[in-house]
Amino acid sequence: MTPLSFEWQWNIEYGIFFGLLYVALGIIGAGLTVVFIKTVLQALGFMRERHF
Amino acid sequence: MDSPLLPHGVKRCSPWVFFFWTLPWLALLAWGGLSAFLCLWKGLNQTNMSNVFAFALWIVFDLAVIALGAGAFFTGFLTYIIGKKELKNVINTAVIIGFICYSGAMAMLGIDIGQPIRGWFIFWHANIHSMLVEVSFCITCYLVVLLIEFIPIILENRKLEEIKELRMFGHNLHEVMAMFAATGTFLSFFHQGSLGGMFGVMYARPFAAREGFYIWPWTFFLFVLSAIAAGPCFTILCTKLTEFLTRKKLVPDNAIQLLAKISAWLLSIYLVLKIFDYLGWMYGVVPRAGLTFMDFFKEGPYGVWLIVLEMIFCGILPAVILMTPAARKSQPWLIFACLLNCTGIVLNRFLFIVVTLAIPVMPFDRFWSYLPTWQEWGIGLAVVGYGFLLFSLAYRYLPVFPKERELNPVAE
Repeated sequence: MTPLSFEWQWNIEYGIFFGLLYVALGIIGAGLTVVFIKTVLQALGFMRERHF
Repeated sequence: MDSPLLPHGVKRCSPWVFFFWTLPWLALLAWGGLSAFLCLWKGLNQTNMSNVFAFALWIVFDLAVIALGAGAFFTGFLTYIIGKKELKNVINTAVIIGFICYSGAMAMLGIDIGQPIRGWFIFWHANIHSMLVEVSFCITCYLVVLLIEFIPIILENRKLEEIKELRMFGHNLHEVMAMFAATGTFLSFFHQGSLGGMFGVMYARPFAAREGFYIWPWTFFLFVLSAIAAGPCFTILCTKLTEFLTRKKLVPDNAIQLLAKISAWLLSIYLVLKIFDYLGWMYGVVPRAGLTFMDFFKEGPYGVWLIVLEMIFCGILPAVILMTPAARKSQPWLIFACLLNCTGIVLNRFLFIVVTLAIPVMPFDRFWSYLPTWQEWGIGLAVVGYGFLLFSLAYRYLPVFPKERELNPVAE
């Protein structure tokens, strides 16, 4: 699953499959991180809360 | 008793009425719990699955709920990416239904794999050439996306919203929802497709095998198309059922009509392609396997009538109803068409799973029959109970329908 596991192969098929997986996971992780940081900054008063 | 938890300005039944409403669903969950316990304790000998029927009732349920839950990603795509503002009134419902369908399917798969403790093998020791591996990765990631989409709805609960940090977190999640919706669309496209692709590449089973484009058999594209044609109809059905049970109007007509119209076009395109697919299969794959179309229906209860039912009564008929503006605007016809459309997709998945495995392949093979045990039914129906329970709880305690107050003013 990762380049550190023994089954990993450096070829195009692994690159595409896991590349797309890690892009998707990266987007999800980055989105959540931004939301967490923004919430902490707003809670501490460093950023203004947006009202809908 | 629970009035401080109910959304502002809406009417809900008394806690006792709600409690009695949940009893049948809790009973289904208890039946499912007992069945799951037996399967985990004694093993899969509690089922009628065999080396021939390794895919059985649970996989039919899985594929059906995953297709019906496609309303979540597709409505999200239309709302956040295409910008169809009307659908904001129905997106919460679609997300909750999607979450129920996918989490229920994952729970059922946990029992189906026999040894859930080794479930992580499919991720860690991934065979990247397997369609099922792609499905597993995409479904798991998409369930996370659905959870992220569900969280802001939960945080809109009256009591939770009083906690400033949680309210901020919910609002911030909402602001980046388009990004999660796009990721969900990408993941859903591939797992819906790969579920179909998995059947199309079964070259040893001519009933399911198909030709295709590059590495993708036609079933890859047909499964995606059928899911996005039926998913919105399932969302409409759930909304209409809630409106019927609560005796309220919950969603403005323009949102329902838009979903129905989109579903009508997608279903029509799907049917045209599916007819070509059937013709290509009948005159291509089947003769090359040394068979004729009628050879598949020589034995057992599964006849041509299943395909007629799938294509004409649960395909062309609902497409014609949904394509006709007057029929689409009539509530009984709309519900009838949505019911047929959803039945059609379940039938399609049943044909690909059970009929494919039942039909003999070799000259010395025989027709295999399969009837699920009560444990298999228990786990399958537990997903239905879980769905009713979670949706009821969401409706009671969360502002699922943004226009509910406006459409049903309560005298203070």
